[in-house]
Amino acid sequence: MSETGAPRLGSTTAAARPARRGSRLVRRHLSGVFGATVLLLMVVAAVFARWLAPYDPLETNYTLLVHPPTLQHLLGTDPFGRDVLSRLIYGARTALLIGLVSSVVSATLGLLVGAASAYFGGTADLILERVTDMLLCFPLIVLALAVVAVLGPGTAQVIAAIVVPMVPRATRVVRSSALAIRQMPYVESAHAAGASDLRVILRHLLPNVVAPYLILLTAFLADAIILEASLSFLGLGVVEPTPAWGLMLRDFAGRYAESAPWLPLAPGLAISLAVFGSNLLGDAARDALDPRLRGRA
Amino acid sequence: MPAYILTRLLLMVAPLLGVATIVFVVLRLIPGDIVLLRLAGEGGSVTEAVLRAERARLGLSQPLWQQYAGWIWGLVRGDLGLSMWTGRPVAYEIWVRLRLSLELTLVASALVAAIAIPLGSLAALRRGGWIDYVLRGFAVAGLSMPAFWVGVLVLLFLLVLFHWSPPVTFTPFWQNPVANLSLMVWPACVVAFRSVALSTRIMRSALLDVLHEDYVRTARAKGLPWGRIVMQHAVRNALLPVITIVSLEAAAILGGLVVTEQVFNLNGLGKLLVDAVTQRDYTLTQALIMLSATAFVLMNFFVDLCYAWLDPRIRYR
Repeated sequence: MSETGAPRLGSTTAAARPARRGSRLVRRHLSGVFGATVLLLMVVAAVFARWLAPYDPLETNYTLLVHPPTLQHLLGTDPFGRDVLSRLIYGARTALLIGLVSSVVSATLGLLVGAASAYFGGTADLILERVTDMLLCFPLIVLALAVVAVLGPGTAQVIAAIVVPMVPRATRVVRSSALAIRQMPYVESAHAAGASDLRVILRHLLPNVVAPYLILLTAFLADAIILEASLSFLGLGVVEPTPAWGLMLRDFAGRYAESAPWLPLAPGLAISLAVFGSNLLGDAARDALDPRLRGRA
Repeated sequence: MPAYILTRLLLMVAPLLGVATIVFVVLRLIPGDIVLLRLAGEGGSVTEAVLRAERARLGLSQPLWQQYAGWIWGLVRGDLGLSMWTGRPVAYEIWVRLRLSLELTLVASALVAAIAIPLGSLAALRRGGWIDYVLRGFAVAGLSMPAFWVGVLVLLFLLVLFHWSPPVTFTPFWQNPVANLSLMVWPACVVAFRSVALSTRIMRSALLDVLHEDYVRTARAKGLPWGRIVMQHAVRNALLPVITIVSLEAAAILGGLVVTEQVFNLNGLGKLLVDAVTQRDYTLTQALIMLSATAFVLMNFFVDLCYAWLDPRIRYR
């Protein structure tokens, strides 16, 4: 783990002691550890939702509509009499599922397309580059809305709507690092030794673009969570009655803002915390994996 | 310079054509017949004759290449077809909402420039001080809060503390500036929030870079007062990356407006896009998507011009 040592401190003898190195690792990546903890809590909430949630998130109770927080309902109830805390816990499942699946799919597609495009070059690479340029002209959410216009709302459709605008961004990043690697002497020597294209790609190219891939993955997670919440908030993402944080905000933002101002706080804070955690983890991943950026604020 | 502008303008044609093609293709990928989807979506059954008439009215009975040629030629002439929902021309629907969204964009961009440049400079000049730390925290938080959540918080804040909610009707600025601004300023703050967080960081690091340049040291050695060095030598040179960010954020504004206008219930372009997607109004959707990409390309052009104008080292080619 020599790459986690701080270059600024300069003292190599201190860095050699494992205990101090460990504590420095935590201190240096305090924000990363915090981000990881937040995401871990989300995973726990998502996986153990059935046991953690005090009520069924879909169970309506028409005797308790828009009720303020009580001991029975710690975060109150929503306009259908559903328990807000339970919906919040189950909402972690929706956010994490969509966030993880769409960021993994878009980063992986970007990895494959970007690496192949950079390696083989030629006309296909040129065309792909121009198409990427054009796709990058659309703001994330506008392109996502275009996909929703084609596919309609729903959980699987939201994943597609997030993947489509993100793939060109991933392709761009992976392609530029793959291009640099292609010029490396070890790639040239592999070719000289008679290695096949497939072997060069698998053994030399891919292992070296793992770092940008992981950085992309963590960065995309935050964007994907925001995008899913935004689409759901607009009524074009996850559909009722699925518990989703964006949907919960949608219910309360309009009609119940005056009568029940506490209602939007819980889902809003949950979204911010999840995105904040992913951002911190993403920054830590970039710090750890990209030595050129280390030390910059 | 005029030759440079002309070349740049010509260079914009190809990407715009490509974007128009992508938009055309994407909306032809819709599974099923869009006319049937639209009309049957309202409930009840539709006869074949009604479908055929509607297809003919929207030009969907033509072969694909003719539709494509019609779409491109319409774009050139500014004719975007008829809205499938209201039946009015798409250009009209956009035109009546353009003023609101444009004003929102301008107010938000002005806010970003007015807040981010001084704050970012302050953070760079007092590097490591409390302002720097507060701003760094704000920047990370700002990037973690989606626009609709900030919007809901602002609305709640106004409502709970002042029992005041923004007026429902839009008043043009020159009719009643106070009423207009009291409506616009809050959504503009929400739109600006993210960009301020981003631009402040950019301004800070750009100014820190410039302060280490040789000409700053030379100016100090000449004995120029520090304030003058900062204002005349450093800040001016640090502005370039900030201009890029502010303009590109302004170009991506339709994305920000989509959510913010929904929260504040403003009848602008962002709300129009959401409504168009919800109502499966494909002609309107394709025109608005096209508009947002055009804004982006135009803004890039504008940034290039600014660069050429502000930085004499960049040659007009």
